[in-house]
Amino acid sequence: MRYMMLIHHDDAAMGKADQKQLWADYTAFNDALEKAAGAETGIRLQPSSAATTVRASGDTTEVIDGPYADTKEQFAGYYFIEAADLDEAIAWAKRCPSHRFGSVEIRPVHDPKSGW
Amino acid sequence: VTTQVDEARRAAERVARESYGRLVAFLAARTRDVAGAEDALAEAFAAALQRWPRDGVPQNPDAWLLTVARRRQTDAGRRRQTRTAGETHLMMIQDEIEEAAMHPDEVPDRRLAVMFACAHPAVERGMRAPLILQTILGLTAVDIAAAFLIPPSTMGQRLVRAKIRIRDTGVPFRVPEKEELPERLDAVLEAIYAAYAKGWGEIEESGTPALADEAVWLARLVVSLLPDEPEAKGMLALMLYAEARRPARRDPGGAYVPLEAQETALWDEPLIDAAEALHLARRLRGTATWPAIVALYDHLLTLTRSPVVVLNRAAALAELEGAEAALAAIAPLAADRRMDSYQPYWAAKGHFAALAGQKDEAHEALRLAIGLSTDPAVRRYLQTRLEALRDG
Repeated sequence: MRYMMLIHHDDAAMGKADQKQLWADYTAFNDALEKAAGAETGIRLQPSSAATTVRASGDTTEVIDGPYADTKEQFAGYYFIEAADLDEAIAWAKRCPSHRFGSVEIRPVHDPKSGW
Repeated sequence: VTTQVDEARRAAERVARESYGRLVAFLAARTRDVAGAEDALAEAFAAALQRWPRDGVPQNPDAWLLTVARRRQTDAGRRRQTRTAGETHLMMIQDEIEEAAMHPDEVPDRRLAVMFACAHPAVERGMRAPLILQTILGLTAVDIAAAFLIPPSTMGQRLVRAKIRIRDTGVPFRVPEKEELPERLDAVLEAIYAAYAKGWGEIEESGTPALADEAVWLARLVVSLLPDEPEAKGMLALMLYAEARRPARRDPGGAYVPLEAQETALWDEPLIDAAEALHLARRLRGTATWPAIVALYDHLLTLTRSPVVVLNRAAALAELEGAEAALAAIAPLAADRRMDSYQPYWAAKGHFAALAGQKDEAHEALRLAIGLSTDPAVRRYLQTRLEALRDG
């Protein structure tokens, strides 16, 4: 099954961590993921301070400076992975260094072949 | 003639139930679609209950049911194929099921795998026990709803949602790897114990004994499929021990008999023996009994923080160390708001407080217990306790 790992983390907490160690961990994680079948290079986004949100409100469309929700943990990037089942996807999420500073949401990708 | 038909029906139901769980598990583990497997088997099951009492239980019930289910699945598969591209996969599954119907003795037992799927951390905790009861035992949403005190329509919707979630999130149907097994087995055991606790507490109402039987059956199944797991054996031993005492809980007039006054001769010997054979070096009788029971409940407490376990453990502790120790053991429950309307809590507290000579506390707790009782026999018994407290 194809899954997306949506990474949410607390930028401030991550900033306080040992950066050298963190990026070494991330490099190792990316290398391991690259070896695994079906995985694509992950996408890392700029911090949420760079976000702009467009939202419809009644008949008007608002443009808001900032992310769609003002929470401590912000959407930071994503990976697509290929896993046999949810347990395998959970194992990848547990390996992802970001989960130490926030959360990794795992969502199965909609399969148009499933009929709906 | 009627009794003959009844007997045949009961036999059919028994055999069909055993087959039902095994076949749902087999089909669901292949397709990862519990609801689809249930649909396919529902018709086969209905046909069996109609025909087996009349024609007799077939020599190989699995083969009979699988043949009917296969026909039904082929139809469903054909309908789906017009709008899906998963044809090859469906055909592959179809072939496997066909193969299994030819050699029903070799249908692999996937019930354990399905139980692990139902108790997966991705499944809402409260729905794990209901899911296992439905998929492995074929209980209806209405029966499960009654035991779990949830409206049937709500239970039905939540079961459907849980099954869709299992299918769509890709929850695996297999026994977890060694390093993950202890934690995940705990979830399965917790779900089975939840079913058992719903069926039969210790000090309270007559409840729904049928569900306790089902839970014991599931625990036996887990032990038979995972014979090396001491946790599973310990839980089964405890359940059998509690079950053994069931016949002693009512006197011939139907009045409630508390544990301390029970006639041990009425305890079910084979069940006690089975409990001992499973777990205990010491005989579960007389004064040597209580340390072993407290130890078993300690063990169970590590599995589940259920108040039912806390209360049962306290009852055993009262025998071993006295009423004060029992009162101390249940003290943490006082902060739990669910206890406000939980009859067994007040009945136990009243009992321990009376033994400890704390008259006011006993009086208050017993009155609340009486007010919360729905079983007339229990209410009568508690009233005699309250009167004895006033007179004494």
